[in-house]
Amino acid sequence: MRTILYIIQKEFLQVFRNKSMLPIIFVVPIVQLIILVNAATYEMKNIRVSVVDLDLSGTSRKLVSKFQGSPFYQVRSTSFSYREAEDEMKRGNIDLILQIPAGFEKNLLKEGHEKIQFVINAINGQSAGLTNAYSTMILLDYNREVVIENTTPAMMTGIRTIQTDYSYWYNPKLNYKTYMVPGILVLLVTIIGLLLSGMNIVREMEIGTIEQINVTPINKIQFIAGKLTPFWIIGLFELAFGLSVGKLLFNIPMEGSLGLIFMSAAVYLFVILSFGLLISTITHTQQQSMLVSFFFMVVFILMSGLFTSIESMPLWAQNLDKLNPLMYFIKIMRMVLLKGSGFADISRYFWSLVVYAVCIVSLAILRYRKVS
Amino acid sequence: MKRFRGFVIKEFYHIFRDYRTLLILFGMPAIQLMLFGYVLTNEIKDAKIAIYDPSKDVVTRKISDKVLSSGYFILESNLGSVAEIDPVFRQGEVKLVLIYEPGFAQKLEKTGTARIQLIGDASDPNTANMLVNYASGIINNYLASMNSEKVPVQIIPEVRMMYNGELKGVYMFVPGLMAMLLMLISALMTSLSITKEKEMGTMELLLVSPMQPSQIIIGKVFPYVFLAFIDACIILVLGNLVFGIPILGSITLLLLESFLYICMALSLGILISSITNSQQVAMMISLVALMLPTILLSGFVFPVENMPVIMQVLCHAMPPKYYITIIKSIMLQGNGIEYVWRETMILVGFTAFFLALSIKKFNVRLTS
Repeated sequence: MRTILYIIQKEFLQVFRNKSMLPIIFVVPIVQLIILVNAATYEMKNIRVSVVDLDLSGTSRKLVSKFQGSPFYQVRSTSFSYREAEDEMKRGNIDLILQIPAGFEKNLLKEGHEKIQFVINAINGQSAGLTNAYSTMILLDYNREVVIENTTPAMMTGIRTIQTDYSYWYNPKLNYKTYMVPGILVLLVTIIGLLLSGMNIVREMEIGTIEQINVTPINKIQFIAGKLTPFWIIGLFELAFGLSVGKLLFNIPMEGSLGLIFMSAAVYLFVILSFGLLISTITHTQQQSMLVSFFFMVVFILMSGLFTSIESMPLWAQNLDKLNPLMYFIKIMRMVLLKGSGFADISRYFWSLVVYAVCIVSLAILRYRKVS
Repeated sequence: MKRFRGFVIKEFYHIFRDYRTLLILFGMPAIQLMLFGYVLTNEIKDAKIAIYDPSKDVVTRKISDKVLSSGYFILESNLGSVAEIDPVFRQGEVKLVLIYEPGFAQKLEKTGTARIQLIGDASDPNTANMLVNYASGIINNYLASMNSEKVPVQIIPEVRMMYNGELKGVYMFVPGLMAMLLMLISALMTSLSITKEKEMGTMELLLVSPMQPSQIIIGKVFPYVFLAFIDACIILVLGNLVFGIPILGSITLLLLESFLYICMALSLGILISSITNSQQVAMMISLVALMLPTILLSGFVFPVENMPVIMQVLCHAMPPKYYITIIKSIMLQGNGIEYVWRETMILVGFTAFFLALSIKKFNVRLTS
């Protein structure tokens, strides 16, 4: 036990001695949390529209004003030439072209139907889908008004309406920040944990100090435990710090128990740090270790459900994702913090993490050899 | 010149000897592209929903059928009461609950209106928003088909999706992936390789050699230009062959712009290595301070236009943003230089700025 304490002391000394690492470990992640959470939004509120109104009738003007009045749209320009509008789209200044053909009002009232065109910049497929949905909704609303204006009550009989109300639970204002804070926090803790541990042993190998440790009576388990504990404490501290910042600055809800969060975090950090040590034992230079960590990190992060939803992945990828520790922990964080899920709800994810931790740490211990 | 060539050859040896790094450098773009192409979509497919239908009549059943046969939703459970909604959300599988009012068909027949309530699990606001939009779209369509002959005035929207007709997510990701990987290889690898010489003490050997400091630096970064270029080509070719992402504009222009971006990233890498002395610090700066902003503040994952104004200003200080704009414009819209000259000039400016700064910071002597 005393031996482990000495190693822990040594590791802490090394971390705190390095003046340029300290701000990177403690300040940069928090700054990033603050900045990135503000940036990470799929919310659409500035759909930039160019209107090409070739009709200029009362009906077409009213339709345009509907778009102007919506908080989602920003009418950037009006012109009479589609070409001009398309050029603007090519320059990337416009997301949507609303084209109303000449004779729109006349045809609409005479024939009973008329087409208008939405031309959407679809490079970002998701935004394009939503733009389409919103625009169609505005059009439907407007259509209803036109119908009421131009028909007699007698013609209206037989027309049915279904009123759809919607409500959003747990986050009624669709505040993306409360959703992103837990996720980005996990991300930052993971990056710091994985990189610190991933470079640790390999660094000693590169500098040559590992030989000195190898000739001491420290055994494998003591060594790994001594290496893991300091980063584990730093990671938990960082999580606590980040949560406080999230609470103070973004007022993220904390519906569930914090004890549950930290219990899961303890297991999760164990997984990540052992993973880093494992990488550290199979690589030979810091550069290699960094690249391997980076590779896994990118795959883990992208597949974690942080930015895209796991449910929309193909089935094989969802199965593969069962190997992704980030996925479990982000789920736990979000469920507990935002929805107040209890242990029973998250138990499946929690036990998966425990199994994961046991496997990885045994692998790391097995892989570590006391010879160079 | 011969000396310089020898130096570059040494650098290549360093790189090629390390097959693990090489494997990752070339495997990474391929694997990530596959991930982005096949795995990461925000398309809604088979989202699990629960239905509470107290009326169970012909109309509600038909609407449920419509909703479930759309391909967007699958039924997870039929609820017996409103009180079951909360627990079902808490378990975390169900994302949307559809509630009909009692006596739905009767009301619709008698009064002409009936109500449906959609409740989204907005602990994931993005998905909740899309699901609610999709579901109400399906209900509206059903309604329209029910009324189609009775509505006297109808405006029909004709939608044209430009540049990406099938709304594929991968179109968005390929430019971002290029920006990220080129940044990684150029900035990160160079800064590591220079600080490594410092850490091992071999930098001193190089500095006392008859080579100019500028030659040393150029020799160091040269192999990475080469590697980065190969990676860029791998991404472009794979994207084109596997996912059918077009390159509508001029390939020469695309490669030239990529070269400019690589130079920018390299000068950033040199700057990082001139202000740090250990690989660990260089790596931490590159990863923590460069990678996340490259992913999040460049329009790669989150569109810049939706961000708050302060964030948008910050985004404008991110070189990858300009590169992503440029290659999207060239590849997907087929634009020429006349559309992207402004962004190009900004990238040139960044390169000059980083280079000037690192020349100012560069020490010929290593003092501790």
